[in-house]
Amino acid sequence: MVDGYLRQSPLAHLHLDARAANDINVTDAGLMLGERRHVGMINLRGEPADPAFAAAVKKAVGVALPDGINRSSGKPLSIHILALGPDEWLIVCPPGTEDSIFGKMTKAMKPLHAAVTMSSEARTVIQLAGTDARNGLAKGCPLDLHPRAFGPGQCAQSILGRADILIHQTGSNAGSSDASYDLFVLRSFAEYVWTWLEDAGREYGVKVFSPAEK
Amino acid sequence: MLLIPCPFCGEREESEFHQGGEAHIVRPKDPDELSDAEWADYLFLRKNTKGLFLERWVHLHGCRRWFNMARNTATNEIIAVYKMGAQPPKAAINKPPKTAVDKPPKAVGKGAKK
Repeated sequence: MVDGYLRQSPLAHLHLDARAANDINVTDAGLMLGERRHVGMINLRGEPADPAFAAAVKKAVGVALPDGINRSSGKPLSIHILALGPDEWLIVCPPGTEDSIFGKMTKAMKPLHAAVTMSSEARTVIQLAGTDARNGLAKGCPLDLHPRAFGPGQCAQSILGRADILIHQTGSNAGSSDASYDLFVLRSFAEYVWTWLEDAGREYGVKVFSPAEK
Repeated sequence: MLLIPCPFCGEREESEFHQGGEAHIVRPKDPDELSDAEWADYLFLRKNTKGLFLERWVHLHGCRRWFNMARNTATNEIIAVYKMGAQPPKAAINKPPKTAVDKPPKAVGKGAKK
């Protein structure tokens, strides 16, 4: 029999929950960082021009495909879909729900020209929030993150420092520079990106928090 | 730094891309029939054009898709971007470059010839 598999976040050794408990009374931080652990991710390839494909995805996942590339559909903390390319999507779902969605998707895609790949363990999600979340990111990312070019509901694959990332803007506050992002980081780059962000946020003040899962 | 218009993602910075060399090189249908020189030409020899050049690019750190680009190698002007498998748009190819490369700059100010 195979030994039980101990699922561990790539940032587990940083003891972020302890740090979050320590930072709980910090109020003047411009950049808030937290890790969403074990978020389910399923990669989907298929033919967007085929109406049967779009309908099958909506039926299986409960969320329609986004309108265009680098857009998202669905709600950030529940199931949502990020469009990565002309025929590639990432289905993101709350921790623990990925197996059932993967099962539904493989079944739904069986008669179609499509590929469904489980990739939950490949990446972790670092959540950024605060008045300087945008400034912190902009220090090492070539994307135009100004609200006129990049807003809530948009996503993009790009670079942060020397690492490939997938950015999804999950929210913003009208009338302030507040913005929140989900940063999808490849497992082996997670520590690099986290420490990079902490360094970038030093001038704004960094607060570690434990993101709430629904 | 170039701003490269990815046909899928729109304008992104050059650091997200990689250049993939000359475009439109067709693999010979019957490699066995080729002489060594012809095979070497297919495999290794590439143009090194000054001016309009058709080349492949990949949006490596973005959508990871390949596409073709018509670029002026002397001025870095991006003349057209088109998808893999497509032919370069004729209008773009025949268009004279915005900046003449080989002509000396026009004299301006006092004493300039009219």
